[in-house]
Amino acid sequence: MADLTTAADRRAARTRWLLLAPALVILVFAASGPLLITLVYSFLTPGDYGGVEWQFSWSAWFNVFMERDIFEDTLGFSDAHLSIFWRSVKLSLMTTVLCLFFGFPTAYFIATRPKKQRDLWMLLIIIPFWTNLLIRTFAVVELIRNEGTVNTVLIALGIVDEPIQMLFTEFSILVGMVYVYLPLMVLPLYASMERLDFSLVEAGYDLYASRFQVLRRVILPLVKPGVIAGSILVFVPSLGAYVTPRVMGGGNQLMIGNLIELQFGQGRNWPLGAALSITLLAIVMVALMAYVRTAGDEDPRHG
Amino acid sequence: MDRRTGVRCQYVTTAINVRNLRKVYPGQPPVVALADASIQIRDNEFFTLLGPSGCGKTTLLRLIAGFENPTSGSLEMHGQSLIELPPYKRPINTVFQSYALFPHLTVAQNISFGLEMLGKPKAEIAATVDEMMALVKMTEMADRQTSQISGGQQQRVALARALAPKPKVLLLDEPLSALDFKLRKDMQLELKRLQTETGITFIFVTHDQEEALTMSDRIAVMSAGTIRQIGGPRDIYDHPAERFVADFIGDTNFLKADVVSVAGQTAMVRLASGQTIAARTPEGADVAGSVTLAIRPEHAGIEAGSGGLLSGTLGEVVYFGTDTHYHVALPDGTAFVVRQQNRPDRADDLATGDMVSISFAPDVGQVLRD
Repeated sequence: MADLTTAADRRAARTRWLLLAPALVILVFAASGPLLITLVYSFLTPGDYGGVEWQFSWSAWFNVFMERDIFEDTLGFSDAHLSIFWRSVKLSLMTTVLCLFFGFPTAYFIATRPKKQRDLWMLLIIIPFWTNLLIRTFAVVELIRNEGTVNTVLIALGIVDEPIQMLFTEFSILVGMVYVYLPLMVLPLYASMERLDFSLVEAGYDLYASRFQVLRRVILPLVKPGVIAGSILVFVPSLGAYVTPRVMGGGNQLMIGNLIELQFGQGRNWPLGAALSITLLAIVMVALMAYVRTAGDEDPRHG
Repeated sequence: MDRRTGVRCQYVTTAINVRNLRKVYPGQPPVVALADASIQIRDNEFFTLLGPSGCGKTTLLRLIAGFENPTSGSLEMHGQSLIELPPYKRPINTVFQSYALFPHLTVAQNISFGLEMLGKPKAEIAATVDEMMALVKMTEMADRQTSQISGGQQQRVALARALAPKPKVLLLDEPLSALDFKLRKDMQLELKRLQTETGITFIFVTHDQEEALTMSDRIAVMSAGTIRQIGGPRDIYDHPAERFVADFIGDTNFLKADVVSVAGQTAMVRLASGQTIAARTPEGADVAGSVTLAIRPEHAGIEAGSGGLLSGTLGEVVYFGTDTHYHVALPDGTAFVVRQQNRPDRADDLATGDMVSISFAPDVGQVLRD
């Protein structure tokens, strides 16, 4: 009896491992592996023509935050890197807030349409996703460049005399990122709003809550999971964005993604690129933990 | 003519005045949910809107609550038009069919929601919430999440939440339909008690005729977006004005008859058997010629032999415990059911196939409007 049980147990265990295998393979080779390599590279010495020399060095990590003035030979904070970090965080936060600002009413609008119409509206939100990211970004460029649609119309209407410089500014990066990441906000928001029982909204109105109070006291607390998910989905890729700031920023408004690319490309400083990547990861993790904690703790009611 | 007596009823004022209220939903073709309905609902009244699903009763309730805007007509509360007011400015609260309790709030927080929105002082809110929880016997559950309490308890919280802001009118949209039979009976009594204690006008929507008859001061029977008859439970049951009402509420026998003469509310009608009997006529209706007569099964008597008002052949005899149903086939093929209460001293000597005679008192039959 005992032997039979153990044999069956062993078979069950083997089946379990087999079923787990795909997930384990992905975790090891696609997630942990590359991360580990990046971490190790960040402590090595850069090779002359890219790549790394297997020699331990702190210099990459040192260079992430500090720089040595070549003329005065003094140490100082790396203003260039810090301003890029700051711009990345600032633009990503603004992107998230703006996506929420535009995405929330959009998702609410779709969720309150008749059931048959909703899929059509969602399709309209998703269709741009089927287009290449570069093409979508260049479409925005066409709109806001100096000879683009917006400026042409403004000049034709006589509102401005000469084109407004919108492209290659932080503003243009923001416009591009909001446009590109908006669906990532709308989708989870819509998912949680679709499940929202709208008789609760009516109950709110019935109990003397104005439109704003219903939004704040009934709808927001109930769709909070969607708000959190959407914000994370927008904030994380915004922080690491590479294509949009490259095209819309014209190379002089770098974000972390562009800085990392620079180190692995022209800069030929792979360890610094690796260290910057890990820094980006750290910023994302700290930001997410702070966000989820505040969003989760926030009690919509006081007292 | 209020059925109830007492001081409160000496000054009957109209709480809700609905005149020619119409609601049409756009579509192909447009759906007329409510077709020019008019009702005066009195202060402190337990008023029921009764009808099958799709009859417009919920639409009327939602129009009064302000969740829908009427296509035309007027809607007044104590002489003031409600039509321009959004739901959050109407001193009217609703108990929803699904209860619609806020899942992110506790029982006490649900009850205090309306008071907070009205900007009442904290001390007053706390006192009212305590009072309401005591009223619906939910004091021990104050800090529970609404998902942690039973259906009956949710129902009581929904009631307390709607009563807490002390509305002038309380709307109840089939609030008992999700409860099991026993709980529903208890809640019926509870609702009636709350209405009497608070003195708030209740407008209650249901498709359950028994619920309507036991709880209401007055009932409006609705069908296909129109109001068919308004009256006290007894009026509606004993004197249905038209076939739909007679059919929808309770069981009814329908007989063809000819009007011989009319005097006030009474008409002499000749039955198919040739006999003539007095019957009631509906208010404000001219009756003449061939009409339909409605007779409740328990209002008729049955005995062996022939020579009564009607005679026929006894078909099925169905025993129900408290009473027995006798299905009689009249000579012209009409089916007629007589319901008799079972008593130990009454011998059950009728059998299928017997010739029986049916009798009923004058004024028991009701002439129906066409």
